[in-house]
Amino acid sequence: MTSVILVSIFMTLAAAATPILLAGLGELVTEKAGVLNLGVEGMMLCGAVTGFAVAYSSGSVTLGVVAAAFAGFLAAMIFALLTLGLGSNQVATGLALTIFGIGISSLFGAGYVGRTIQRLGPLFPADYAAHPWLRLVFGHDALVYLSLLLVAAVSLFLRRSRMGLILRAVGENADSAHAIGYRVLAIRAAATGFGGALAGLGGAYFSLALTPMWADRLTAGRGWIALALVVFAAWKPGRLLLGAYLFGAVATFELQAKAAGISWIAPEVLAMTPYLATIVVLTMMSLGTRTGGRNAPACLGKPFPAP
Amino acid sequence: MLEWRRRSEPSRAMLYLSPLIAIALTMLTGMLVFTAIGYDGFHAVQAIFVTPLVEPQRWADLGVKAAPLVMIALGLAIGFRANVWNIGAEGQYVMGAIAGTGVALLTHDMTGWWILPAMALAGILGGAAWAAIPAFLKVRLQVSEILTSLMLSYVAVQFLYYLVRGPWKDPGGFNFPQTKMFSADQVLPAMAEGSLVHLGIPVALLLALAAWFVMGKTVSGFAIRVVGRAPAAARHGGFDAGRVTWVALLASGGLAGLAGLFEAAGPFGQLTPQFPVGYGFTAIIVAFLGRLSPIGIVFGGLVLAVTYVGGEIAQSTVRLPQAATGMFQAMLLFFLLATDVLVRWRLAFRRNPAKVAP
Amino acid sequence: MTQPPDETAPLRLALAHVSKSFPGVKANQDISFGVRPGEIHALLGENGAGKSTLVKIIYGVQRADEGEIRWDGERVEIPSPKAARRLGIGMVFQHFSLFDGMTVLENIALGLDEKVPAEELKQRIRTILDSYSLPLDPDREVHTLSVGERQRIEIVRCLLQKPKLLIMDEPTSVLTPQEVERLFDTLRQIAAEGCSILYISHKLHEIKALCSAATILRGGRVVAACDPRTESTTRMAELMIGAELKTIERPAAAGEARRARLVVNGLDMAGEPPFGTDLKTIGFTAYAGEILGIAGVAGNGQAELLLALSGERRAASNDAVKLDGQALGHADAGKRRAAGLACVPEERNGHAAVPDFSLAENVVLTARHRLPLAPSGLIRQGAVDAYAREVIQRFDVRTTGPDALAGALSGGNLQKFIMGREIGQNPEVLIVEQPTWGVDAGAAAAIRQALVDLAARGSAIVVISQDLDELLELADRLCVINEGRLSPARPVAGLKLEEIGLLMGGVHGEATAADHAHA
Repeated sequence: MTSVILVSIFMTLAAAATPILLAGLGELVTEKAGVLNLGVEGMMLCGAVTGFAVAYSSGSVTLGVVAAAFAGFLAAMIFALLTLGLGSNQVATGLALTIFGIGISSLFGAGYVGRTIQRLGPLFPADYAAHPWLRLVFGHDALVYLSLLLVAAVSLFLRRSRMGLILRAVGENADSAHAIGYRVLAIRAAATGFGGALAGLGGAYFSLALTPMWADRLTAGRGWIALALVVFAAWKPGRLLLGAYLFGAVATFELQAKAAGISWIAPEVLAMTPYLATIVVLTMMSLGTRTGGRNAPACLGKPFPAP
Repeated sequence: MLEWRRRSEPSRAMLYLSPLIAIALTMLTGMLVFTAIGYDGFHAVQAIFVTPLVEPQRWADLGVKAAPLVMIALGLAIGFRANVWNIGAEGQYVMGAIAGTGVALLTHDMTGWWILPAMALAGILGGAAWAAIPAFLKVRLQVSEILTSLMLSYVAVQFLYYLVRGPWKDPGGFNFPQTKMFSADQVLPAMAEGSLVHLGIPVALLLALAAWFVMGKTVSGFAIRVVGRAPAAARHGGFDAGRVTWVALLASGGLAGLAGLFEAAGPFGQLTPQFPVGYGFTAIIVAFLGRLSPIGIVFGGLVLAVTYVGGEIAQSTVRLPQAATGMFQAMLLFFLLATDVLVRWRLAFRRNPAKVAP
Repeated sequence: MTQPPDETAPLRLALAHVSKSFPGVKANQDISFGVRPGEIHALLGENGAGKSTLVKIIYGVQRADEGEIRWDGERVEIPSPKAARRLGIGMVFQHFSLFDGMTVLENIALGLDEKVPAEELKQRIRTILDSYSLPLDPDREVHTLSVGERQRIEIVRCLLQKPKLLIMDEPTSVLTPQEVERLFDTLRQIAAEGCSILYISHKLHEIKALCSAATILRGGRVVAACDPRTESTTRMAELMIGAELKTIERPAAAGEARRARLVVNGLDMAGEPPFGTDLKTIGFTAYAGEILGIAGVAGNGQAELLLALSGERRAASNDAVKLDGQALGHADAGKRRAAGLACVPEERNGHAAVPDFSLAENVVLTARHRLPLAPSGLIRQGAVDAYAREVIQRFDVRTTGPDALAGALSGGNLQKFIMGREIGQNPEVLIVEQPTWGVDAGAAAAIRQALVDLAARGSAIVVISQDLDELLELADRLCVINEGRLSPARPVAGLKLEEIGLLMGGVHGEATAADHAHA
């Protein structure tokens, strides 16, 4: 009996971790190329609403997932056009993208409030996961597996591949990369687009898997937490995975405490925990890096060419 | 063919013109987009951008909405100038209102002219205290203020919910999650009998003048500008970046807190869960639209107030959803950032096929 | 060993009528010259003569507006550095295009156009390192290397592609004399194997020692071509500068000899992360009326020393920095300025001045402590503008007035303004780093003269520079900074260049690098 509960808690944990893992992984790649895109929350919302709308009209959740990634990509391209093409301030443009995402998702989502769709189900047939412990392995939906695969792929890409080396070089020293002959802006745009697509997937996880319906500001600040996660991970995919699941644990604790009806903690205080935990973690990371090495890409957030 | 050419010096004319170009582009694009998705695009844009300005009965509402935006944006602009990215003004706004309301609830049975100033002071301190957390983390521990200030605004909103549903719930309020209504000595006096226009509007204008003076004419304002533009030069000139970060965050927190208190003691007259309306985020657009200059921000605040009031009009006249206002505001910020390029670059006809990248 | 360049073979590289303009500047006008196979060809010119633009065109970083480039006799387009490398052109930049946080191996891999497996690449690198006897460890991160070692990465990166033309842009500006010798040996060996070398420099004795042909640029045009082995250095210098060389007038120092003004004693300071150099027990005295030179290879603590003296970073002990007996180690930059300790750092844009601010605002930046420009915190605009105008006039700054943006001034004019801003405050002690870096000859002469004049009025001056020629010309006494340690000062008269070179090299460079390579 306890094992059933434990397994179910872990399943909730994985579900809470997956959207920020996806969005965080995308942002990690973007930042490795030297681009600080603070618009993760906005891109997630674009993905969430597009995914839901397409899944609702087409009846295909898969199509919804693909559309969500594309919507996130398009949103990231607006960011790329402004910051890379026109040299606008990355921080300000990221904020603008978030405000834009909130606005556009609210506008186009208005017609879908209250409708439901068939949720994104487990990838494998139910009999694979007959035993509770097997559910841990076979009971997840496709995006959970995809997020884990992507962590491994991104990690290999950054450490082992030539393209990954070039991408890191662009984030480390854009002027040098340009002098050698790499197309800094094109590489940065590609990394930004990848980040947008993954943020879109992360957003779609909310509207297609977690709560298969649309509500305003569905992502509830998770995009910002994904940004913090990248700092926590010290720009390393493996640590990002760890961080996302730790965060999943905090979020699951919040849900379980609410469900268990613990009355001595107000629900509002529980709702604060993810945000407070993020601040605590950021502070601890900062205490760590003061004695440890340097981690952030050296050119993060700096415009190229310099104004 | 057209090509981008770098100006030898940033264009001052474009500095002032580009916000106007951005507004024009926003209106044009909005018209096209809303027509494309099946609304009466022309009348929507007319309702949002023009009607509030031409109908005098809307002007009071414009002032009421512009005042908090201007106040918050003045503070944010000080921060942005100093490269301090406080994006949690919404939280400081809420905490200012909470602190001021705390004083209001304590003094609910008292009378006196001093109550409202005490509430205002509490509002400033509440907002500043909330901004002091990211300031401390940034200066002492190098934690990015962007994420911490934003996280704290989620916390502040939850705290507000907790208070109005719990300890501060009005016992005589039919179990609605809201505080008691403020007493007569606790609400902002109207500028004229029966008018919506309250004390917050002249205060916002005075604050803009004060900010203009400090930023342009004093060594403190110089310190803020130079720390943001060239940190190494600032240090060379004997300015302390940490102190500037503190000043910028405390000032923007205090102003947001005061705006929150004015909103609570003005249009709301109490605290309810509907209190946070996103002024803290919209003020970011105001600050940029005003080119981070205090006088510009007054106009920027007015433009955004127009979109709020106009958005309400468009809801009834062309059935535009409320969210459209947010869309217009976001588009405005995008176009503003895009037209910024015109300050340093200009478009010219290409003389020869040699390629010049911006 | 060295075979004479083949006179009959077609030119390896030939430029004909190449021109390139930027808004407001004609960087290159009608440039024509040729480089033979196996020849070491000098491109000689002052800062701002158009050398850098020209090599960027050859290397495909920029495209010429007009003119043609021929390669082994064929007309070619070079639209990108990649295309240049495909032709067989390699380039070592003045400011290395390296990635500090990455290893030598990763840096070299980034410079290659094809993907080479890590192990094979390591093997090929070792082969090159051995055949030119260059010590370098492929697995070290770049930020742990000396400047000479960093340059070797760039050279290896080029040699891996078996280039037919190697461009070296001001390669010796950051090297010790010993490292320069070593580099020349390598370059001669490369040329002997048939690779042409285009050697960009403004240092005449180097060109005389190394090159067999020279093209001299001035103001974006070719003004002469010569054989540097036979041409006199004076003649080449005059061609390069376009005027008779001026010598600095040195008035006799004012009386009261040997009055100590700035005394630095036991100054320790940890470098700023991630790559700062630690200052180790620095001590020196600067006397009234003298110019004390501090020589050293870039990155040995010069920047840190300037920050420690200016008060941008404060000392642990208040007595570590004393001005006329007043302890200032704990004082901030403002207090030190008020006491009369002025500093001019190397970097003009963003450190000594704010490019986006007007000249008047740049006056407020550092002159408000010693001059009554903002008593009680309120900026007196009239006084600020008046002082800015005074500086502009006294130091012949070419600009439209106090409202001009600092960033709109040329490098030399801005440097004159910055020096004028500090000198005009009559500092008791002036510390300058690289006072004539990237400044044209006229401005450089004016700046040096101003320093000499200020010393003659009884101030003490400390000049930190990597340009030995400049220090030997200006300074009365000289010390050397190496790995954060300062040597004792020695009178310049009678000092041998080799001695300075050995001090500059110190334990840094060859010995340690060799240890790492064979570890």
